[in-house]
Amino acid sequence: MAAWETVIGLETHVQLRTATKMFCGCSAAFGAPPNTNVCPVCLGLPGALPAANEQGIKLAVRAALALGCTVHARSLFARKNYFYPDLPKGYQISQFEQPLSTGGALSFLSPDRGIATATIARLHLEEDAGKSLHDRFARYTAVDLNRCGVPLVEIVTGPDFRSPQEARAYLQTLKQVLEYAGVSDCDMEKGSLRVDANVSVRRPGQATLGTKTEVKNINSFAYVEKALLAERDRQVALLEGGGTVVQHTMLYDSKNNAVRPQRLKEESHDYRYFPDPDLPPLVLSPEFIAEQQAQLPELPAAKRERFVAQYGLSVTDAAVLTAERVVADYYESVARAGAEHKAAANWVMGEVLADAKDHGERLRVQAPALAQLIALVKGGTLSHQAAKRVFTEVAERGGDPRTVAEALGLVQVADTGVLAGWVTDVLGAHAGEVNRYRNGETKLMQFFVGQVMKASRGKADPKLTQKVLEEKLAS
Amino acid sequence: MSEASEALTSGRAAADRIVKVKRLNACLTPPKELRSSLIRQAQAAHPSGVLYGMPVAVKDNICTLEFTTSCGSKILEGYRSPYEATAVTKLKAAGALIAGKTNCDEFGMGSSTEHSAYGRTLHPGDKNRVAGGSSGGSAALVAAGAAPAALGSETGGSVRQPASFCGVVGIKPTYGRVSRWGLVAFGSSLDQIGVVGRSVHDAARVLSVISGRDPKDSTCEDRDPLRLPTVPESLQGFVIGIPKEYFPPDLDPGVRRACDRAIRLLKELGAAVRDVSLPHTSYAVPTYYIVAPAEASSNLARYDGARYGPRFDGSADVRSLYRHTRGEGFGPEVRRRILIGTYVLSSGYYDAYYRKAQQVRGLIAQDFRHVFDRGVDLLFTPTTPTPAFKAGEKTADPVSMYLSDIFTVTANLAGLPALSLPLGRIKGLPIGGQFIGQAFLEDEMLEAAYALERVVPAGEEV
Repeated sequence: MAAWETVIGLETHVQLRTATKMFCGCSAAFGAPPNTNVCPVCLGLPGALPAANEQGIKLAVRAALALGCTVHARSLFARKNYFYPDLPKGYQISQFEQPLSTGGALSFLSPDRGIATATIARLHLEEDAGKSLHDRFARYTAVDLNRCGVPLVEIVTGPDFRSPQEARAYLQTLKQVLEYAGVSDCDMEKGSLRVDANVSVRRPGQATLGTKTEVKNINSFAYVEKALLAERDRQVALLEGGGTVVQHTMLYDSKNNAVRPQRLKEESHDYRYFPDPDLPPLVLSPEFIAEQQAQLPELPAAKRERFVAQYGLSVTDAAVLTAERVVADYYESVARAGAEHKAAANWVMGEVLADAKDHGERLRVQAPALAQLIALVKGGTLSHQAAKRVFTEVAERGGDPRTVAEALGLVQVADTGVLAGWVTDVLGAHAGEVNRYRNGETKLMQFFVGQVMKASRGKADPKLTQKVLEEKLAS
Repeated sequence: MSEASEALTSGRAAADRIVKVKRLNACLTPPKELRSSLIRQAQAAHPSGVLYGMPVAVKDNICTLEFTTSCGSKILEGYRSPYEATAVTKLKAAGALIAGKTNCDEFGMGSSTEHSAYGRTLHPGDKNRVAGGSSGGSAALVAAGAAPAALGSETGGSVRQPASFCGVVGIKPTYGRVSRWGLVAFGSSLDQIGVVGRSVHDAARVLSVISGRDPKDSTCEDRDPLRLPTVPESLQGFVIGIPKEYFPPDLDPGVRRACDRAIRLLKELGAAVRDVSLPHTSYAVPTYYIVAPAEASSNLARYDGARYGPRFDGSADVRSLYRHTRGEGFGPEVRRRILIGTYVLSSGYYDAYYRKAQQVRGLIAQDFRHVFDRGVDLLFTPTTPTPAFKAGEKTADPVSMYLSDIFTVTANLAGLPALSLPLGRIKGLPIGGQFIGQAFLEDEMLEAAYALERVVPAGEEV
């Protein structure tokens, strides 16, 4: 197997987050009853005409800029002609010659090569088709045209990935960037991010590409790697058996984790693209493009670098905190509320993300509350253990951390008189350890502190406890 | 008489005038439906509208809520649009009555109305001759005096050519002057709703009402509706170009005489007449027969029997549904153009045909710009190379049929406004002359037409 190099290029369709469809005023919302979000335009009724959605254009331009593409001042809508029951006009409005944008790049962390760059050959606007439901009625295909005309961008990379794992890593980065840019929710389960892959294999060092196949029907992130592995293995087995790869469209079957060739009948051979005469060329002024650039938030890579510089975090921590925009924003709110940066990072990466994971990705503790909690730990009022309990309590029932800690009786005891009592009890119960300590085994201090914490049920102030212990053991 | 009974009377009278010329097969709407609808519409019409009570018939490829919209095709037999064309909405808002749907070549593809699935329209003056096309029903109805005006549509001359044949006025506005929303597409970059009228004024006032911006059509210009000019005293100051390519040596002598007489009258009205050249004119018909079918092949892809219109079902297989519906639902001329269009857009042929045709189209438009840039205001030409031909004369030879649009397709390719008005008769048959104007300067074109119309003896032999 090592004797083959895999080459993968991806075509990703991403649904733009608009309220209405690309060429009519129908709702673009997911999940409405079949054929309810439709009108003469998206139904392709005789005489109906498209009118481009400005918000769709804005989001597409932002997506292009977020991926470092050159947005062209003039681009053309084109018709892609083919017959299919879920395509009511008999053509899809897309872009072909003169697309919206070209020549971008996206850096991502390759599991094989470290930081790698995928070239974005083009990003263009198009409308979605409807949905054919083959399993709804026996012997009939049902067609739902709600999705028809929903705005998409198609993002085409070069043949830049060298393994299925790498392709997946790119996709995750792409999703992250587009979510950040606010252009899409990139939800693969709802179909708002769909990916087709061109796959070929060749001998390492070979300059030309092998014959490629296109793999379609990859409908979840989990299947990206599996589908590409299946196709790569199929091609390698074919070549090693003395066969040749035939250029073909392959469909991934997730149930059997296998790829099968698409039936010839399902394939369209010639889309007969030509400029759509119903839509004038899309002309974008430099001001419009600059406005969209200004609308873009700081993107993950830049944010990561800034977190390292501004908050003194490690690259790894910064990467975790900036993986999602809401989390990054949350971290910054905590830091802005006065929390110590490293401690805040640990809290967010630990308790906060774990809690969010169990509670529908909600960040349940307000940033100022977390900052206060961190300050209570730092000031010695709460032990770390106690603070975790307060966190959970605040997450569940809300409230101010200090009040909650007091109500729960978790505020640390810093009264040396009270501490001395626990210390005396502990030392009395562990005479052997006391002797060993006095004979130089000073690392037993941690043991004694732990025992005092246990005896106090977490309420003893650890620093003060250590001081009292040192005094008692020295005497 | 009360307002209600007055409306009843006027609605019924409008219907009766149309039903009376039923033998022409110009109106596709059944008499009973037409009558009840016109009475209803007359009762509901806006009395303050500038077209209050005026019956305007509408070509069958323009969507109306009132009647079916079959585009002269079997594939849309009985189709009722759930929405109406912007032009129709504007007519109704101005108080006009939608006076039935007029016969046409299927989807506007033809020059004689012989390619209608509902039978040909007869020429009002000679039942053995064609009314022209594709808006033959609109022209015949107006020429027969059954309606003062009708909407037609143009892709390559489909309003002006039948207007010339039938002896009425036909206007094709600048591309983008009238919204195409609700006009069933044939060649989207060429299509434009036009008007047939008894007189320049009847046609112009309908055009003025239906013109103007419409956000639903992205190719419709963001402009106010056309303002009608007044009838000028003279044409002093007008420079009218006579393009030599429109007067070939083999031009029908009658047509030449009619044009010569009109040019003399234009001079007498004070216009300066100048010989000009539009050198790429001979490429116009071949260019048109690449661009229009290419767009048509895509525009007509939606008629597959899956969602609306009749189904011609062979089996449960979707490919077979497409094949039968499209094979049996479309007539031979539509099928021919879909095939041509599919061919010229195919990969490997696109550059040689479609791209080349678009380049030539650019040159044709440039020809006009050059002439207009040199001080010419308007062009004057024959509308058609001959008067109305005999039914069946050209159906066997598509190319000879295509050539009847030789003087009209250029305005569509260049997106310019053009108008045909009657110049006289040749052996009893009307013949029209054409003005071609500058983009969005319909008012100048109308002024010249008003002036010529007043002096030309249109009813006389030339």
